[in-house]
Amino acid sequence: METLTEPAVIDQMTPIPFRVRSVREELSHTFTLELEPPNGGLEFRPGQFTMIYAFGIGEVPISISSSSSKATTILQTIRRTGAVTHALGRLKSGDYVGIRGPFGTPWPMQQIKGRDLLIIGGGIGLAPLRPAIYQAIENRSDYERLVVLYGTRTPDDILFARELREWGERTDITTMITVDAADRGWNGAVGVVTRLIGRVGFDPANTTALVCGPEIMMTVTAERLIDGSSVAPEDIYVTMERNMKCAIGVCGHCQFGGKFICTNGAVFQYPAVAELFDIKGV
Amino acid sequence: MSEAELIETLSSHDFFRGLSETDLAKLAAVATEIEFASGKVVFKENGTADAAYAIVSGAIALELDVSARDLIVQTLYDGEMLGWGWLYPPYRWSFSAIAIEPVRMIRFDAEQLRTLLDNDCGLGYEVMKRFVGVMTSRLGATRLQLVDFYGNAN
Repeated sequence: METLTEPAVIDQMTPIPFRVRSVREELSHTFTLELEPPNGGLEFRPGQFTMIYAFGIGEVPISISSSSSKATTILQTIRRTGAVTHALGRLKSGDYVGIRGPFGTPWPMQQIKGRDLLIIGGGIGLAPLRPAIYQAIENRSDYERLVVLYGTRTPDDILFARELREWGERTDITTMITVDAADRGWNGAVGVVTRLIGRVGFDPANTTALVCGPEIMMTVTAERLIDGSSVAPEDIYVTMERNMKCAIGVCGHCQFGGKFICTNGAVFQYPAVAELFDIKGV
Repeated sequence: MSEAELIETLSSHDFFRGLSETDLAKLAAVATEIEFASGKVVFKENGTADAAYAIVSGAIALELDVSARDLIVQTLYDGEMLGWGWLYPPYRWSFSAIAIEPVRMIRFDAEQLRTLLDNDCGLGYEVMKRFVGVMTSRLGATRLQLVDFYGNAN
């Protein structure tokens, strides 16, 4: 078996070879890579991302979707959208990818201890939130109420369905799922994810919301939390996506107003980015 | 359920919360309690909208008949009103309503309710105002579902 040697000089632009341990199909267009770091582990914090390099094809930024306390392998959940992600989806156990990172700001898990934690995901947005959910579960007594709300297109598009079911069976977590449309036989909620907010109990004055999904979903969710539930805007965190190339604040591709997603984010307090959502072309 | 119990139930229902005892009594006079087991049809699309329903407990799926397929487009829960086809001619339901859990509701006779609201302008305006709020909220939610933001997201 060919062994890839580590580079002589490690810098933030040099990908490190990670071995693919497994590839799991999550949905028809989404898969998870389980990757082995060469030195037995990768330290990261929930919400951070890596740049994954499909050798000879290109790089994409992908959030880590595994627990940060069990870092002998990392999981990265990827939606097939272009050449690089399709190439990553064709990998098999024993193949290699190049990894740079982790990069970016994390979810503020330490700062929000002692508060109600409201985690709201839409579509593949649940993947960057999953490490935060794991951390809250692994340190359950650090947080008050733990609420997970998830919305997606149809029942066939529910990401991490088994885990959502397991979380829903726990008495110390409130988990609710909604879809935009379903055929008869689906006995869950149908409607936009913001409709779930009014159905769960939390103390707005002592709640932090972590939100991830399409930008329009994050916007309407934040507005619903602020206007409908009196959650303070600074207690709402979102995670942004833009075309990222260098991930170290040099190339400018991920510039979002006056900020770089890769270094000032990807996790932001909502007030820091709220006005930019309304600007077309930004 | 006695009229007093109906008034008490209406007073704690999100749609009617804040109405005076007098107004609640007028509404209770044209209402009865009704239950549906899980899986039961409350009404069918294009059926006569002869009642207004306030959901007290349980869940209702709103379905549309789309190309021989029953598509659930929304679920409603306790504290919500089930449709407004009874409010305006031709008094037809624009969707079907199926109980997806055992459901308890307050049913208002549509003709009696319309007469009450026509003759009592104050109550009529208050109820219409609340229905406009419900319609606005549901229209906004429907627009978001139409955007299909999960399907269009990269």
